Amino acid sequence: MLPQAFVATCKRHRVVLSIAFLIIFPLLMPFKAIAVNILIYGLFALGFNLMFGTLGLLSFGHAALFGGGAYACGIAIVHYGAPWWAGVLGGTIGGMCIAALIGALAIRTRGIYFAMVTLALSQCVYFVAYQATAWTGGENGLRGIELTRISAFGLSINFVDPLTRYYVVAAFVALALFALSRILASPFGAVLEAVRENEARARACGYDVRATRFMAFVISGGFCGLAGALQALHLSIVPIETLYYQTSGLVVMMALLGGMGTFFGPFIGAGVFLLLENLVSLWTVHWQLFVGAAFVACVLFFPRGIWGTLLMGRAR
Amino acid sequence: MNDVILRTEAVGKNFGKFCALSDITASFPRGALTSIIGPNGAGKSTYFNLISGAFPPSAGKIVFEDRDITGTAQHHYAKLGIAKSFQITTVFPQISTLENVRIAVQALVSRYNIWRPRATMPELVEKAGELLNIVGLWNRRDRIAGTLAHGEQRALEIAMALASRPRLLLLDEPTAGMSPEETRAMMELIVKLAGERTVILVEHKMKLVMGISDRLLVLHHGELLAEGTPDEIRRNETVKRVYLGQREH
Repeated sequence: MLPQAFVATCKRHRVVLSIAFLIIFPLLMPFKAIAVNILIYGLFALGFNLMFGTLGLLSFGHAALFGGGAYACGIAIVHYGAPWWAGVLGGTIGGMCIAALIGALAIRTRGIYFAMVTLALSQCVYFVAYQATAWTGGENGLRGIELTRISAFGLSINFVDPLTRYYVVAAFVALALFALSRILASPFGAVLEAVRENEARARACGYDVRATRFMAFVISGGFCGLAGALQALHLSIVPIETLYYQTSGLVVMMALLGGMGTFFGPFIGAGVFLLLENLVSLWTVHWQLFVGAAFVACVLFFPRGIWGTLLMGRAR
Repeated sequence: MNDVILRTEAVGKNFGKFCALSDITASFPRGALTSIIGPNGAGKSTYFNLISGAFPPSAGKIVFEDRDITGTAQHHYAKLGIAKSFQITTVFPQISTLENVRIAVQALVSRYNIWRPRATMPELVEKAGELLNIVGLWNRRDRIAGTLAHGEQRALEIAMALASRPRLLLLDEPTAGMSPEETRAMMELIVKLAGERTVILVEHKMKLVMGISDRLLVLHHGELLAEGTPDEIRRNETVKRVYLGQREH
């Protein structure tokens, strides 16, 4: 769809372009908070897409990884008085730990069974969080993650200012994008593709398919956990809905909308979804109807997603 | 080293109540091209799957280079020195031909490295190129594997099997579904490969393998009917009755 030469030029300068885009992005948005939301959900969808697009496994339990990261970050800050950066780190590790628990059981299955097992296990996480009120605040959500100023490298920053907050989140997102591009370009990235393409051949080549899947799930949990932690800092609260299965469905929609298996697709999907939600809800409370219709139209007419369609025709 | 590379001791396989294979004791000499033949439903593929580790036997032992490998997980076979091509073409269809082989070569070197760029490992690409040359696919290297002709995909599969530098190469009906021309090219390739390593070949069409095999194993109704040189098999009365009497393929 886009001219090949243009795509090639963009590809060559992708690092500079991505950073430039992250810098000007909040200025293009109607308000700053939505820019932060798009980055956080984009990062969440990015982590999800590692399983879905790159490895070809549809997980319906990624809310547990996202929410797990959010709770781990919130609990570290609220109950242990951890500094903000330790909360972010804790959230990332928390996402990975929950991914390891769920993954250990779920990676034996595939297809619809994988989707169902991950869904069931993530609902278990939801109910545990719902019951453990002393830790999680139960149905009221985890409150008290109030950060007015954050400090790093001897620098104290006003975290209440929306634009500053955006750039803090954007810095983490940029790091995550860099990490993901390294992973996809690594030998392990090639193994992920091999396992998606043909499990039997990957095994015959000498790759342990289960271990590969497990590792990908844990890495995916790291990205989603980081997104969850940033969400906790951004909202100053972790609502219990973060863990609910609707969140899992949301990320599937975002990844599909943007284009599964493409690098920036998840961000585009998250952006389009959240912008539609915000704009349409300005004039009707039935915004879900319109966002839903847009999603159905997208799946029917652009099965490769928005980003995937724009890139279509480009040689792999 | 022992001159027997692989042997099976009384292996059998049941699928539920159905006995697909029973009590096969056979050994495969190192350096030889051994073909496993038999009519449809003889248990050839089951036997192939047992020795190539697709599933474990219900009974018996499989010994590779004096080491009991019964029940070893499939992904360890490449490292042991056993590689295979499947009966149904099994490549990575949406990836380029060269990258297919490169991924196979990479399995020896790096499986879980998530940080080092692949671009810093040009030796893997070089090795993959060499293997494509051996099977005659070098000029197809940039094609997406799924768009190759059937015969070319089978050759690609063999290149991928060779990537682990196997001492034992297992081929399950490598000429299945091929045109006569493709079949001839594939047989030539197999003879070339058999010059440098042990090859075990499963084949339905007896005529094809009579001329190139050093030894033959004949299976029938899940049992080992006969084994020996092509001449011995040709003279064997039982084999003649159950196999050669049938319409030739």
